[in-house]
Amino acid sequence: MNVLVTENIEKRFSNHLALDDVSIEVPQGSIYGLLGPNGAGKTTLIRIINQITAPDKGNVFINGEKLSSKHISKIGYLPEERGLYKKMKVGEQALYLCQLKGMSKTDALKSLKKWFEKFEIQSWWDKKVEELSKGMQQKIQFIITILHKPDILIFDEPFSGFDPINTNILKDEILELRKNGATIIFSTHNMASVEEICDHIALINKSKLILNGDINYIRNTYASDIFEINFDGYFNKLESTLTSDYSILEVSEHSNGGKMKVEVLNKEMKSNELLNRMTQFGTISLFKKHLPGMNDIFIKVVGETNSITE
Amino acid sequence: MNKIALIIKREYSTRVKKKSFIIMTIIGPLLFAAMMIAPVILMQLEDDEFKKIAIIDESGMFQESLKNTKYIEFDDVSAEYYDPATVSYNITLAKQKLKDSEYYALLYIPHTAVQGAKGSVVIYSYQQPNVGLKMHIANGIEKRIEDIKLSVKAGELGITEEEVNEILNVVNTNIEIVTSTLDEDGGEKESSTEVAMIIGYICGFLIYMFVFMYGSQVMRGVIEEKTSRIIEVIVSSVKPFQLMMGKIIGVALVGLTQFVLWVVLTIAIVAGAQSVLLKDYDTSKMNPQTVNLGSNLDENMPTPDEDAMKFEEIFKAVFAVNYFQIIALFLFYFIGGYLLYAAMFAMVGSAVDNETDTQQFMLPITIPLILGIIVMVSAINNPSGSLSYWFSIIPFTSPIVMMVRVPFGVPIIDLVISMTLLVLTFIFMTWFAAKIYRVGILMYGKKVNYKELWKWFRYKN
Repeated sequence: MNVLVTENIEKRFSNHLALDDVSIEVPQGSIYGLLGPNGAGKTTLIRIINQITAPDKGNVFINGEKLSSKHISKIGYLPEERGLYKKMKVGEQALYLCQLKGMSKTDALKSLKKWFEKFEIQSWWDKKVEELSKGMQQKIQFIITILHKPDILIFDEPFSGFDPINTNILKDEILELRKNGATIIFSTHNMASVEEICDHIALINKSKLILNGDINYIRNTYASDIFEINFDGYFNKLESTLTSDYSILEVSEHSNGGKMKVEVLNKEMKSNELLNRMTQFGTISLFKKHLPGMNDIFIKVVGETNSITE
Repeated sequence: MNKIALIIKREYSTRVKKKSFIIMTIIGPLLFAAMMIAPVILMQLEDDEFKKIAIIDESGMFQESLKNTKYIEFDDVSAEYYDPATVSYNITLAKQKLKDSEYYALLYIPHTAVQGAKGSVVIYSYQQPNVGLKMHIANGIEKRIEDIKLSVKAGELGITEEEVNEILNVVNTNIEIVTSTLDEDGGEKESSTEVAMIIGYICGFLIYMFVFMYGSQVMRGVIEEKTSRIIEVIVSSVKPFQLMMGKIIGVALVGLTQFVLWVVLTIAIVAGAQSVLLKDYDTSKMNPQTVNLGSNLDENMPTPDEDAMKFEEIFKAVFAVNYFQIIALFLFYFIGGYLLYAAMFAMVGSAVDNETDTQQFMLPITIPLILGIIVMVSAINNPSGSLSYWFSIIPFTSPIVMMVRVPFGVPIIDLVISMTLLVLTFIFMTWFAAKIYRVGILMYGKKVNYKELWKWFRYKN
């Protein structure tokens, strides 16, 4: 079941096309990474989903229904450029923003208190926002975003500005939200975090969707014939047996053996053959196909499409 | 609708709680009250210290014309300082003696004064003599010189002084114009132009001030939301139009609150001050022993009775003004003018990234407002002239200029045209501004010009 579907979205700003025929499907309960270089059109797509702007063409569906103003309370949005009213008190402001999302005052107050306790920030309630550090403000904003228990959460660069400890807290919260049934769309340039928490991705470049799907599937698709091997045995004999058909890329040696990456050069040689040859000289404790990082895929795919269009 | 109410509430409560608002609310009425009470207090501060003034009158012609009052007594000391040896008066000695004498000042009137020589009459004193004293002396001397000139001329013409005075009395005219506005029923209401002028001026100026003050508050609010980037969170919950209208209405309510508080507090302060001050003031007015006694021969000074009559006249004029109409129209133009300009201010705020960039777009807003004030000044003198007419019809200046015309009486048809145009224009302007606003608030780091604004206006959704 797809909780959010966009169909052939097109958006044009006077002289440039911001989104060109973008269709994505976000499965229920997934963490969906929205990737792309700066200026690719991610924010525009997010704004369309948030009904901040309307597409020129195409439709957005939430749970099969066409996007309308009643869906506002179903979506929580943490924009990349965040801000709060600087002169307003934290608690007052959080209440206001949650009420704008359609929560009743008593509900908002009750769950705000709960979250403030959870993050141990009750003492901030009567402080003005300008008295808080940037990281603290972001925490407040995170709470405001998720407070009305939306089905769909959209985080635009949620980790920027957080220290590693808070990044982890946030990550845990995001995973927790997913466990509780929310679907999370999250846009970031931090590929490590994409690999870590996303299960689906969409890659937008120059206003076009160039890649989307299950992250493991994508990584497998882009995998080359490289294997990660932990080997224990006669290392020096290994090299001579593997030559010409394979090449050893990286080796970190222990006393007798080590971790290595081996690329298959002769495409006719299956992985089993490699395994066969290696077991003659020692024992193997790990043998797995090397999957490319999202970083590599990103650079590769974006680079390719850029060279085509240029 | 509920969301607009939330926005209005926030805009209102955060502004009303601000220190600057509270300070302005207190200082405003104090200033206004001070402006109204100050003249009364100044009258109270009339010098009531008894002063004796020594006169050296070389010609001997003036001591008679300088009349004593309750607080001023003139004493001719000419004989003491006459030096027969030089056939002159020893002023130097008189000045030296002044310090230890009972006299407050020494008034020296030389021979030349008779010819009216400028700067010939001198008052020597150790304190700066007040204006009242100087006026009193100058009046006395002038009168005397005039009399002398008169009798000389009368002698030349061979007529008596009485005849000259008679002629002067015949010629002397003092016209006071009483205006009378006719109302619908053909009845006559007395009104004084001055009262209408003052009311018109105050109304026009208040509208100008409030439009500027609160309009720019709307603009600053929009810029704040834009630069703090909170705008994106908010417009994901409400429509930009709701946010803009909520802000405009919220700020309008702040303005109205301030205005009402000003009026109430000013009245309270003035009433309080009156009960303390005016009691004395009234008795002093009734008391014939005051300053007026000294110059009771001076026809230019109104007698207490005349004064009282004038007051009565003013009060009558003040009450003859149709306050209900003025207040109703004031509120209408106040709100209409504010809404019109607030939409424009909001538009400017949405187009820029910070306040310094607003300059280029402020011109179309400030020019009509300032023009309104300029025309207002001339409209006060000629409320039914064609300049006043046109500027009270054009919606951008009508809130200011029409309010000046209203106390003088404006034909219903003019009012209807002007009000209709104002409503239509502010609806159009709000619609126009909203179209630009919704694009502008999400546009960052772009140098915006008028062409760009026009492009935004034509964006779909």
